[in-house]
Amino acid sequence: MRVNLTVNGRPQQADDVWEGESLLYVLRERLGLPGSKNACEQGECGSCTVRLDDVPVCACLVAAGQAEGRQVVTVEGLADLAHERAGSPAEEAAGGHRAEPAPLSPVQQAFIDAGAVQCGFCTPGLLVAADELIERVPRPGDADIREALSGNLCRCTGYEKILDAVRLAAARTAEPAAAAGAGE
Amino acid sequence: MDTTRPAGVTRTPTDLTQASRSPGGVGESTSRPDGILKVTGEFAYSSDLWHESMLWGHTLRSPHSHAEILSIDVSTALAEPGVLAVLTHEDLPARVRNYGLEIQDTPALATGRVRHHGEPVALVAADHPETARRAAALIRVEYRELPVVHDESSAIADDAPVLHPGRADHYAPHVAHPNIVHRQPIVRGDVTAARARADVIVTGEYEVGMQDQAFLGPESGLAVPAEDGGVDLYVATQWLHSDRRQIAPVLGLPEEKVRMTLSGVGGAFGGREDLSMQIHACLLALRTRRPVKMVYNRHESFFGHVHRHPATLRYEHGATADGRLTHLSCRIVLDGGAYASASPAVVGNAASLSVGPYVVDAVDIEAVALYTNNPPCGAMRGFGAVQACFAYEAQMDKVAAELGMDPVEFRQRNAMSQGAVMPTGQVVDAPAPVAELLRRVRDMPMPPPRQWESADSVGAAGVDIRALPGGLSNTSHGEGVVRGVGYAVGIKNVGFSEGFDDYSTARVRMEVVGGEAVATVHTAMAEVGQGGVTVHAQIARTELGVARVTILPADTRVGSAGSTSASRQTYVTGGAVRRACEAVREQLLALGRGRFGASHPGWADPGLVLEGGKVTTPAGEVLAPLADVLEDESLEVELEFRPRPTEPFDVRTGQGFGHVQYSFAAHRAVVEVDTELGLVKVVELACAQDVGKAINPQSVVGQIQGGTVQGLGLAVMEEIVVDPVSKVRNPSFTDYLIPTILDTPAIPVDVLELADPHAPYGLRGAGEAPTLSSTPAVVAAIRAATGLALRRVPVRPEHLTGT
Amino acid sequence: MDFLRPTTWEEALAAKAQLPGAVPIAGGTDVMVEINFAQRRPEALLDLGRIAELTTWERDGETVRLGAAVPYTRVMSELRRELPGLALAAHTVGSPQIRNRGTVGGNLGAASPAGDCHPALLAAGAEVEAASVRGTRRIPVEEFYTGVKRNALAPDELIRAVRVRTATGPQQFSKVGTRNAMVIAVCAFGLALHPDTRTVRAAIGSAAPTPLRVGAAEEFLDSALAEAGLWESRAVVPPSVARRFAELAAAACSPIDDVRGTAAYRRHAVSVMARRTLLWTWESYRGGDRTEGGTPCA
Repeated sequence: MRVNLTVNGRPQQADDVWEGESLLYVLRERLGLPGSKNACEQGECGSCTVRLDDVPVCACLVAAGQAEGRQVVTVEGLADLAHERAGSPAEEAAGGHRAEPAPLSPVQQAFIDAGAVQCGFCTPGLLVAADELIERVPRPGDADIREALSGNLCRCTGYEKILDAVRLAAARTAEPAAAAGAGE
Repeated sequence: MDTTRPAGVTRTPTDLTQASRSPGGVGESTSRPDGILKVTGEFAYSSDLWHESMLWGHTLRSPHSHAEILSIDVSTALAEPGVLAVLTHEDLPARVRNYGLEIQDTPALATGRVRHHGEPVALVAADHPETARRAAALIRVEYRELPVVHDESSAIADDAPVLHPGRADHYAPHVAHPNIVHRQPIVRGDVTAARARADVIVTGEYEVGMQDQAFLGPESGLAVPAEDGGVDLYVATQWLHSDRRQIAPVLGLPEEKVRMTLSGVGGAFGGREDLSMQIHACLLALRTRRPVKMVYNRHESFFGHVHRHPATLRYEHGATADGRLTHLSCRIVLDGGAYASASPAVVGNAASLSVGPYVVDAVDIEAVALYTNNPPCGAMRGFGAVQACFAYEAQMDKVAAELGMDPVEFRQRNAMSQGAVMPTGQVVDAPAPVAELLRRVRDMPMPPPRQWESADSVGAAGVDIRALPGGLSNTSHGEGVVRGVGYAVGIKNVGFSEGFDDYSTARVRMEVVGGEAVATVHTAMAEVGQGGVTVHAQIARTELGVARVTILPADTRVGSAGSTSASRQTYVTGGAVRRACEAVREQLLALGRGRFGASHPGWADPGLVLEGGKVTTPAGEVLAPLADVLEDESLEVELEFRPRPTEPFDVRTGQGFGHVQYSFAAHRAVVEVDTELGLVKVVELACAQDVGKAINPQSVVGQIQGGTVQGLGLAVMEEIVVDPVSKVRNPSFTDYLIPTILDTPAIPVDVLELADPHAPYGLRGAGEAPTLSSTPAVVAAIRAATGLALRRVPVRPEHLTGT
Repeated sequence: MDFLRPTTWEEALAAKAQLPGAVPIAGGTDVMVEINFAQRRPEALLDLGRIAELTTWERDGETVRLGAAVPYTRVMSELRRELPGLALAAHTVGSPQIRNRGTVGGNLGAASPAGDCHPALLAAGAEVEAASVRGTRRIPVEEFYTGVKRNALAPDELIRAVRVRTATGPQQFSKVGTRNAMVIAVCAFGLALHPDTRTVRAAIGSAAPTPLRVGAAEEFLDSALAEAGLWESRAVVPPSVARRFAELAAAACSPIDDVRGTAAYRRHAVSVMARRTLLWTWESYRGGDRTEGGTPCA
């Protein structure tokens, strides 16, 4: 079957989709967007987390056909999403040209700065979940962060630096000046 | 159902180039050179690879744990539209049909017999994963089930089925039964006499369940057939050259025709030391002449790699009334499962580290690994030392209690320090701050009590259930909850042991790119998440004074780097990168002396340094920018680095200088136990570890926290459950549970840096030690809260409630 | 395999009548796991995600009519007052991502003994609204579960909604798992006080082949509370009563040993949860709270 959907703001079409395929498979294998990861394919790890019509979901448990006509945001679209949200210069320039891809979103930069990335396989899902948390709850407490990320397994970090990263991203988002000097 | 993707999109590993505004050298918490790729989703993991016209490979696995294969019929499967190949053992092209890390006892495809549940029997290549799955289901295999060997008594019975008849490996001559892979005794001192001096004697029997590495990135890779009849393999592994040494003979190819490139690795923890889909994908690619991608799903992943050896450990400790250990005897039985994998080395570790970081003059130790029909077990973070640490630390608490002593003080009284003698006779000739590590974790501030009492109510008024045992499941609002505190300390070897010729290769180039001196580092080191690439860039900056470093993808075009295991890569490949940089530096200085020596006397100084992109004198005078020295020269050095050699343990006495280096960590665990329901919340896991030198402090802390949480998982939830007929009952993330962020406590870390004079920069391998002591500390804390003996991990609610 | 995308309820019923083997899919959190792991290859998937009325709820007299495809996250945030037990149960389901997709209708359709909603529905009192081209019927939830992963739906029927009695007193839900989040129930317990009828309803999950009410325990408690006049006095429940209630709840279990837990532990844990949930709800009742339920999550 054919599936039409919008991914990271761009209309996309996939043909010859098997009816049992997941949205995750379509993103990874048909649309060239393998950022969403395939760690368990049973909704127990969160590494495939994407936003489906704004809501964080496990892409592995969405049948491809269910995504027909929907809006999907993946880790590949997080930077653009953050800059749109912030109404940043990137947005203003969008009508014209954008020579470079949007710079990293605050959560992406914070994950790098806080050392929250090791093997990185859980990272895309965590970023989508954390970004949505900060959008919804601008200054989350630790318990809120833990609850919001409790569906995202990480095997490398022991989660401490992930907590650090989300706190940092929330602080920088609330106080953009704090973001100055971020990155190398 | 063809897989269609935008034409020309082929994802393969790329160079990582990272500039640094700060010096970015050794000792600085620089960020990962692959960080941006990883947070944008661009990083090409082995499951992300794609090639035009590629096929999907699929493995048919045995439903039985021990059976004879009477026949295999692939005709129906082959007739399925979209199927391009179905292979069985009959299609193996070479005389060599087995592989293995040390003992080549593992069939590439089962031949006549399957020895464990999930053993690969046949392969399919098809145009879509679903086609391949469907075809695999159409392969008809006729089995005749055989009696199962599943524990020590069934394995070494006189009439036990012999799993590997006709063994010719070098362990075979010294084992009492062919189902024993390897046995290592260690005897030192006079245990009988020491026992007579003991005021207390404490015995205990302990069990460690089968833990899984549970890396998130599934086994996967892409094999591309080449014009020359060889194959290019992109894969996630821990050791490219070891893989190639095992793959090429089974393919019937010379090693140089198997060209391997490391793809993005989604964690490893020992589970990628053995081959998984490597040979299979190559066989399918060579047969179909098409690129073949294989990706295990989570279910298959549980069958696709070895696990941590489950163990039974029987210990006896003696001590005098003033709290000095007199002797120790122990017997450690490790279940190696159906194939040897790393079992011999795990035995060596378990035996030689079985005493822990303590001084005991009289020991009688035996460790064995068995062949059974259980899942094959091999390398996992902590490698033999994890099992021993759980047992000896439980014993230390038990002896202390028997003596009426404080458990930390008792440990400190017996703690080893530099100059101590290991049970193997090896003198510990570097700092061993065991008592100090214990002091540090004990002196950390305690987490406040009853943290669930919160204005931030979730679940009930005045209570945040997320901070309670049971968490979101709403099982307690504080009822039945008792706090306990426990301590543990452990010792882990670093690097390959027992006389193995351990080395790593590094190739470093320096040249001018865009007017700037740039260093390029090429090694075959498997970056599995640990941050080796970060460290290599730091070393190049420190040694060569450059800001910009390019890390080339790890591949087999450069010499072996050894495995990313045994906490060894920063030491051994880091050491190789450093040496290569030093050699490049000498060449550069020679070049500079030739060019400018005559015009400035400073060039004659033997202590010139490369810093900030310039050659400077020790006094800080700039002699020349690196770019001016290099001009259009490209300086390149490839060399091997070896840590100091080790020697095998004596087969009868276990004596020998077996290990390169030792690493120590201590934990204090604070837990809260719902004593009625048997549920545990770990409140805090404080760790102190000596890392010699923190090359990247942030990464070191990340390693310690990650290792700590894997130990927590083993303590309270992680176990592959194998039934009495050796079948795996929980191969999924639904039933094999690893800690979530709500199971994980605050993990304060205190890093000591006492330099090891034998190691590059004084560093000490750091990755494994924290995985050892975390488990016994958590269990000690649960014992303190409940008063129960708890001889087994993982501790289950049943153990805590007597059900 | 076909993929059917009805846009109206009538189309969905017609499709199901024509193709009874079609498997309805809403959140996909059960069905897709089975598809991904090749445990199930239905002749068709029937996507209910485009039928707007399934994702709404409304009050209907003394009940809430909860559309079959309302995700758990919305049950937690929108129905805490009306259906506190179900809101608590919803909060224990899987992960935030799963709660954003999974639905009470799907939990009923799967009819797993470990489904988290069932004890809460049984305790609150509920009817499943099953529909087909032949018409609509209401099945009391007690009669809905007919075996392990089997339910009372006819092959051509779909779940339109579940009608849950609005809480008239405190409700609680508790579930034991061996992890502090994202865990399948080893066993679970739901309890609801119904001061309007002077009754208590309670149910177990994952401790018998089907979710079920603990009838003998309920009867004992109803009469013990009545005899002592506790509904009126709002005095403390005597420990002996709580203990006996817990024993009877455990006795209602017929659990199995499996990889998640032993039968003996399940029985024991049910008794502990029965006692605790009774005391929690009764404390709320004594304090005059009409309900006790989950508070908002992050």
